[in-house]
Amino acid sequence: MTDLEHLKTDALTRIENAPDAAALEALRIEFLGKQGSISGLMKTLGKMTPEERQIQGPLLNGLRTETADAIAARKAVIEDAELEARLATESLDLTLPAPEAPKGSVHPVSQVMDELAEIFADLGFSVATGPEIEDEWHNFTALNMAETHPARAMHDTFYFPDVDSDGRRMLLRTHTSPVQIRSMVKQGAPIRIIAPGRVYRSDSDATHTPMFHQVEGLVIDRDIHLGHLKWTLETFLKAFFEREDIVLRLRPSYFPFTEPSVEVDVGWQDVNGRRVLGGDGDAPGHGWMELLGSGMVNARVIEFAGLDAQEWQGFAFGVGVDRLAMLKYGMDDLRAFFDGDQRWLDHYGFSPFDQPTLSAGVGAKA
Amino acid sequence: MKFSLEWLKYFLDTDASAAEVAAALNRIGHEVEGIEDPADKLAGFRVAHVLTAAPHPDADKLQVLTVDTGEGDPLQVVCGAPNARAGMKGVLGLPGAVVPANGMELRKSAIRGVESNGMMCSVRELELGEEHDGIIELPEDAPVGQTFADYHDASPVFDVAITPNRPDCMGVQGIARDLAAAGLGAYKPVEASALEASGPCPVEIRTDDPEGCPAFYGRVIRGVDNTGTSPEWMQRRLIAAGQRVISPLVDATNYLMLAFGRPAHVYDLSKLSGAVVARRAKNGETVEALNEKTYTLDDTMTVIADDNDVHDIAGIMGGEHSGATEATTDVLLEIAYFDPERIGVTGRKLGLASDARTRFERGVDPAFLDDGLAILTNLIMKTCGGEPTEAVRSGTPPTDARTVTFDPDLTERLGGLAVPHDEQRAILTSLDFAVGDDWTVICPPRRHDIEGPADLVEEVVRIHGIDEVESEPLPRRPGVALPTATPLQQAERKLRRAAAARGLNEAITWSFLPTSEAEHFADSAQLWVLDNPISEDMKAMRPSLIPGLLSAAKRNADRGADSTRLFEIGRRYLHGSGGASDEKPTLGVVLAGDKTSRGWHSGKAQSFDAYDAKAEAVALLEAAGAPVANLMVMGEAGEQFHPGQSATLRLGPKNVLARFGALHPKTLKAFDVDGPVMAVEILLDSVPAKKGAGFARAHYAPPALQSLTRDFAFLVPADLAAGDLVKAVRGADKKAIVEARVFDVFEGQGVPEGKKSVAVEVTLQPGEKSFTDAEIKAISDKVVASAAKQGAELRG
Repeated sequence: MTDLEHLKTDALTRIENAPDAAALEALRIEFLGKQGSISGLMKTLGKMTPEERQIQGPLLNGLRTETADAIAARKAVIEDAELEARLATESLDLTLPAPEAPKGSVHPVSQVMDELAEIFADLGFSVATGPEIEDEWHNFTALNMAETHPARAMHDTFYFPDVDSDGRRMLLRTHTSPVQIRSMVKQGAPIRIIAPGRVYRSDSDATHTPMFHQVEGLVIDRDIHLGHLKWTLETFLKAFFEREDIVLRLRPSYFPFTEPSVEVDVGWQDVNGRRVLGGDGDAPGHGWMELLGSGMVNARVIEFAGLDAQEWQGFAFGVGVDRLAMLKYGMDDLRAFFDGDQRWLDHYGFSPFDQPTLSAGVGAKA
Repeated sequence: MKFSLEWLKYFLDTDASAAEVAAALNRIGHEVEGIEDPADKLAGFRVAHVLTAAPHPDADKLQVLTVDTGEGDPLQVVCGAPNARAGMKGVLGLPGAVVPANGMELRKSAIRGVESNGMMCSVRELELGEEHDGIIELPEDAPVGQTFADYHDASPVFDVAITPNRPDCMGVQGIARDLAAAGLGAYKPVEASALEASGPCPVEIRTDDPEGCPAFYGRVIRGVDNTGTSPEWMQRRLIAAGQRVISPLVDATNYLMLAFGRPAHVYDLSKLSGAVVARRAKNGETVEALNEKTYTLDDTMTVIADDNDVHDIAGIMGGEHSGATEATTDVLLEIAYFDPERIGVTGRKLGLASDARTRFERGVDPAFLDDGLAILTNLIMKTCGGEPTEAVRSGTPPTDARTVTFDPDLTERLGGLAVPHDEQRAILTSLDFAVGDDWTVICPPRRHDIEGPADLVEEVVRIHGIDEVESEPLPRRPGVALPTATPLQQAERKLRRAAAARGLNEAITWSFLPTSEAEHFADSAQLWVLDNPISEDMKAMRPSLIPGLLSAAKRNADRGADSTRLFEIGRRYLHGSGGASDEKPTLGVVLAGDKTSRGWHSGKAQSFDAYDAKAEAVALLEAAGAPVANLMVMGEAGEQFHPGQSATLRLGPKNVLARFGALHPKTLKAFDVDGPVMAVEILLDSVPAKKGAGFARAHYAPPALQSLTRDFAFLVPADLAAGDLVKAVRGADKKAIVEARVFDVFEGQGVPEGKKSVAVEVTLQPGEKSFTDAEIKAISDKVVASAAKQGAELRG
């Protein structure tokens, strides 16, 4: 074995066995540093004859390269080991809880109102609003309920002592129907609106609260009849409940502001003790639920709103928004809607990202 | 209104079952709210024959009976009724049967040591009447073993909601007429049979108030006996209708009302003196009504009075003084027509409801006075005997029948239902409308609800079958539906979801508050306060959204919630011009309890502070479309807030968009809430609408050169608002300085008394070329100079 081979074997062995970065650096200096043994040998090349250099040159260069590569390889091994050792001291107990961000929610009534707006927008209805503190003319008289009308007394109205400048007594609106009048007066005809909002009746028990939400629908045009009303309600309920098997039953009824007046029942089925809308109410295991009041707008109402009843006719309907929410999303206590109970809101509230869209279906699945 | 099937069949010849009748009623607009079949209640009760009766060995008042039930061996039954005796027939409740009157389930038991296998029942126990002196005695021919329901011919009872436009159906007769028109059977009119009247009526009857009482008819019956009981068939019908059986005279008037929808009144003639007159009451006049309450009347009310007293609040309730009693022998019958509107006004003024008022204020049949009087006379005479005089009549009921010019094609145009003309004619005719060849329709006078052609469409459609209306799509414009939401609606929707995304829970709280709470948030002059609140807690309309949310936060805390973050978007209610309301869209936020609960990482629980409220206020204003970069923070959030930890956000010095901060300890005390509690109120009505922007954003290209930051630490007067310092720093070089941000505030050691140290990070954005050191130095000098004007000196 030549000296060179000895040197090489010795160098590679020691490099391979270098225990840490410092020892490795010492070896690098010993072999490849300015004063290093291999560097020293390289310097001898200059003094050699061309023939010697021809032979020794590649040998020495090879030795230097091999040594340098071995140092680099060893360095990588040592660094990996050091990193691993450090990481081993840094482990976290990830079963511990992460920082929490509060989760907000949208109230079911708002969610349902957004759903209604979305569905009816597709049918060409805009959303109208009106005051909740109304005068008796808009709430009653213009809706064909004269002062002495028995239906007025049936409304359980909240009154204020105040009268407006026309001497009309102020009250809390008992229904969203006054928005019909205000919208017709303001916009004229043809018109298609829904009017969701708070309404008030002085009534309070397990299923009634003195404040609740209603949505009114109104279509006034030239050739609108009961068939359009039926289609609109059917279409709306199918879209809202996202089922095609919604069956309506129309029953004659009475509201002063419509003629003919129609009470609308919807077929339901008992599913694990819950009434789920869908199917024919007369089928076994099914029933009918009174859901909407509606009818063709009374000619007097159209005239009170300043339109020509010979030219314009149409329909109106009203339905409880809270009720729709309960039927769709399964709440069973109306009073809880207005309590602001954090637990209830966490449970029944909706993610802000459940924005109703037609393409995804307006409803938000549980 | 309740009535039995058996009673209905008195007026309607039909084989229809109860279910068929109910379906038909629903179909034609008389909503059936319930059907009660007494046979269900009487299950387990049967006709039984008492074979033997012997004294109970251990009890004086009890007997031990053996009873034949028609099957098997006779049963031993212990009975306490005095009339129980061998040989009689009665009603036995078997073990398992439930006593209708008290819901008790009968069991085999031992009574004082003697086995008893059931119970012999009284009338009252089976809810067949009031009688409870002994057990029911059935005729000898009653078939032993027959179920009592069958024997008794128990008839199903309908509970029907009659809509207020159909007073003609507030009697069984009217319902039968409607059902007949709907094809359920043949209507059986009840003719008033002729009377043998003896002599003229001895009492003068007069209406001095033809407006309130256009017609007043009556007659006297002498020699009646009111001590007995009404016939069994009448009692049964009245009880089925939920009407208490009182005395033959009263029962007869109730029967007339429930069968024919016709209220009437019976006076004890001996209590009257002089003429009986319908007149206006005198102001302050009083009457004790049959409900034993005394009412004070005024001159808008019609009464029936004699020379001395008021005896009847016309059309609403009779007087106690002249009502029929057991001692009554001579009676005056009254059957009158009262003006519906005035009855309603009087009833509301007095707060007095009655079955008579319900019918009169909706309008009774003006053509049914003579027949009604004759029918009532006959009913009384059948039970009580007596001799009737001739009828007397004062005034006349309205006779002008309403005429409607009808176009049968309107049925399809309005009702969406093509009903052949001859069928329409047949329907209207069956409802007693007189239809001329030219479709001039004369309405029966009892149909006060028919005002015009649309009402006739309803009649045709409901009898033909409104459920047969076919759906017809609403016409729709071609293409994708147009957006319809108004800017405010869009802003509210966005805001609601932004608030929820920030971790707030949307609540809906009552619009009304206790007045004291409302007054805490607004001057009482500004408030809308209800006349007739449902309770004192729901009396004043909220002038702010904070109180409702604060109460909700309190309820949550009382339930043990650590943290409550609620928001609500709704209206606050103020007075507007012309006496109208001014309802302003508002967002409220309440943050109560812990902001973060204690944690292994974060340490102790942290409360919310005013900066949390500010964060919500600013973020939500931005979501609502407010130009938040231009907002000023100024004081005076209101006395409900902590004076040192609250502020308003304004656009310009006057336009307040929001107020926020910690609530005042006095507010918390008034609401009994533990603090601190933060609140935000955004006045959405004050947020300016965005100017009609298109979809394209303003042009933007990221700067080519990187920005750099420089830190400045200033010593400033302790009371200098950091915002003023930042504003001064930013204003030092509006071109180069794009951001200035406070990153440290310090008071205490090393900072002189009366001063604080505020450190600001300033971001400089070079334009075309990088800043030179000289340029940066120049900008820094400007920053220091500008800050100095606010009393700031650069820290060494």
